[in-house]
Amino acid sequence: MSNPATLSWFAAHEIRLSWRDFMGMMTGGRPGRERRVLIFVLIAAAALHLVAWGIIAPALRDGDASMADRLLMTAAMMILPSSLMVSQAMESVTRVFYARSDLDLIFSAPVNTPRVFAVRIGGVALSTTMLSLLLAAPAVNILALLDSPAWLAAYPVALALGVIATCIALALTMTLFATLGAKRTRLIAQIVAALVGAVFIIGIQLVAIASMGTISRLALFQSDGLRQSLPDEASWVWTAPKAAMGDPASFVVLMTATALLAIACVTFFSGRFAATIINAAGVSEAREGGRRRERNFRQYSIASALRAKEWRLLARDQWLISQTLMQVFYLVPPAFMLWQGFGNGGVVPTVVIPVLVMACGQLAGGLAWLAISGEDAPQLVATAPVHPASVIRAKIEAVLSVIACLAAPILLALAWMDWWLALAAAAGIVLAACSATAIQLWFRSQAKRSNFRRRQTSSRVATFAEAFSSILWAGFAGLLAHQSGHIVTVGALALAVLLLSRVLRPPNEAAFA
Amino acid sequence: MSFVNSAANALEIRALEKHFDRPAVDGLDLIVRAGEFYALLGPNGAGKTTSLRMVAGLLQPDRGEISVFGHDALTQPLEAKRITAWVPDEPMIYDRLTPLEYLEFVAGLWGMDAAQAQAKSAELLEWLQLAAHEHERCGGFSKGMRQKVALAGALVHDPRLIILDEPLTGLDAASARLVKDVLLDRVRDGATVIMTTHILEVAERMAERIGVISQGRLVAEGTLTELRLRAGRGEGSLEEVFLDIVAGEGAPAVRGKADAA
Repeated sequence: MSNPATLSWFAAHEIRLSWRDFMGMMTGGRPGRERRVLIFVLIAAAALHLVAWGIIAPALRDGDASMADRLLMTAAMMILPSSLMVSQAMESVTRVFYARSDLDLIFSAPVNTPRVFAVRIGGVALSTTMLSLLLAAPAVNILALLDSPAWLAAYPVALALGVIATCIALALTMTLFATLGAKRTRLIAQIVAALVGAVFIIGIQLVAIASMGTISRLALFQSDGLRQSLPDEASWVWTAPKAAMGDPASFVVLMTATALLAIACVTFFSGRFAATIINAAGVSEAREGGRRRERNFRQYSIASALRAKEWRLLARDQWLISQTLMQVFYLVPPAFMLWQGFGNGGVVPTVVIPVLVMACGQLAGGLAWLAISGEDAPQLVATAPVHPASVIRAKIEAVLSVIACLAAPILLALAWMDWWLALAAAAGIVLAACSATAIQLWFRSQAKRSNFRRRQTSSRVATFAEAFSSILWAGFAGLLAHQSGHIVTVGALALAVLLLSRVLRPPNEAAFA
Repeated sequence: MSFVNSAANALEIRALEKHFDRPAVDGLDLIVRAGEFYALLGPNGAGKTTSLRMVAGLLQPDRGEISVFGHDALTQPLEAKRITAWVPDEPMIYDRLTPLEYLEFVAGLWGMDAAQAQAKSAELLEWLQLAAHEHERCGGFSKGMRQKVALAGALVHDPRLIILDEPLTGLDAASARLVKDVLLDRVRDGATVIMTTHILEVAERMAERIGVISQGRLVAEGTLTELRLRAGRGEGSLEEVFLDIVAGEGAPAVRGKADAA
């Protein structure tokens, strides 16, 4: 055990909290499930390695790729997750500043607060890296096994990228604090995080669609035009890919540069941590609203009162807005394809409709959780003279009407193009949204609205069922648009997922109200 | 105690049982008369909150009967809920709504006329000294302000029976005084108030009758004078009487004259 209040002592404390948080998330907070979680993780890791093997082994067998090609593809594999790492880090850094959990304790203790926040920022870098490695590690391991052990250098390189992403995120967030103030930064930082994560990937997709007619992000990196315009292998531009491939000189350069950047960043910003936290705390304590907007009470029916309340709360949920915006951003490439593919019916059922259906299904699941499980005043609603079924019906109507409003413009564009495509998409959206809502209803468990980020932890079955049903209904809609006979199979699979979810639903203890 | 299911009584509970891993409520019989201020006391885990949650329709009893102004709360829950308000110890309000929006929502749930609800809301917010904050979102409110918003929500639909679970916990002296005044005023207007509290002075000063629950059963009931007599004390504070009763738990239930009648 290290001495109290030292850097290592804080780090040990943070690691213990993070580990318990992680285990709580994996086990859904239920004791005695560690063994099952371990088995699940091992199976998932094995499956991911098999997938990586299936993709990498043939490429290594067939390809006699030049060094330039290998560098370009490695760079592509690093650049795409990097923007998501910055986004994730920015989200986490914002949370460090605004979370109020133990800050009162820390600020009231005679400790060096910049040290605490330096450790927390380090934690952000580590968690950002871990998230990326979840997907990258199988590819790195297979490359190390089949190509060269030098690929194991990709692990420290991933950590370096995580640190760089966190430094960028920290700089962006602190700049927002300095320019916009603590009150506006919370929302703007979340929107910027969503934009940073989406814009790069979407940009590449848009360029790929415009130049090659494909939505594949990697296609752009395989194009002759891009290859010819890039600098030669000796350029410093390739330092990170070379380091990941095990080149010792590039590795040392990257690690040294990353360490210097991290030290500079923490040194420059650590003095402002405390002031930033105090300003952010002021926002948490401050009362929002306050503008005098005199208006008469509306005459509500019980159902309309519930719907109006849900819409009002959804509209005021800043985190939800940023997440919804992110999903809307990801609809931009398919929408662009729709515009590009005007008159070319092939691309729409294959890409646009499934992406639209899946996005609507996922969004409906999130909104349904907020409306059904994330009720902040459950006792008020339960003690009101309203039948519980009426409450649920009004909440479902509130959720589905939001989805309808968001999907309507794209459906109208599709209808303008081909009414059958619009009909297929509408059918898919209705099925996906209703399925996700039904799953949330079956697996509802009372929670605070603020726990939305961790809604998946309450039930793994619900999380997977919601994802699978959205994917299957997306496929169903695409096939329906193609008028393919396979819709029967895919539709049956989607119904089977729903049936299985219903069978596995927990007993509803809270039904009496 | 006879279960008469009478509309003259605000609340009638008979042989109420609820078991979790152990009996939480174990054959509770209780009658609260219309227009009465009734305090329900008991040590931690005695079954006070569980009993009242069953009355409010938040928990399904294992056995027993509950009647609110003659409406069977188990078979006619909506009729019972229409005339009841429930105020838990943790205020149940929405952080992202203003007090006015919250009251508008509650009015909608209870199917009130909008104009009447608005007038009532303005009156309540003024009374509870929240008028200056009526357009601010509740997220930044103190515990006392949140409790007052929740109380306004409970009162806006003019309930005949108001059930409060530890309503004064965490309130400052001024807020506690305000809440007590509001409740006494409602009783003067004919409403019935049932309140659990650990602050025995509050029960002593405000309640017309006091019930003591221990291990899920009513072990004593009556006015303070009656409870003193049953506890074998000619005088003494409610605290001393309460401690005597709870210490003698397991002995035959001590009841007041009012209940015996």
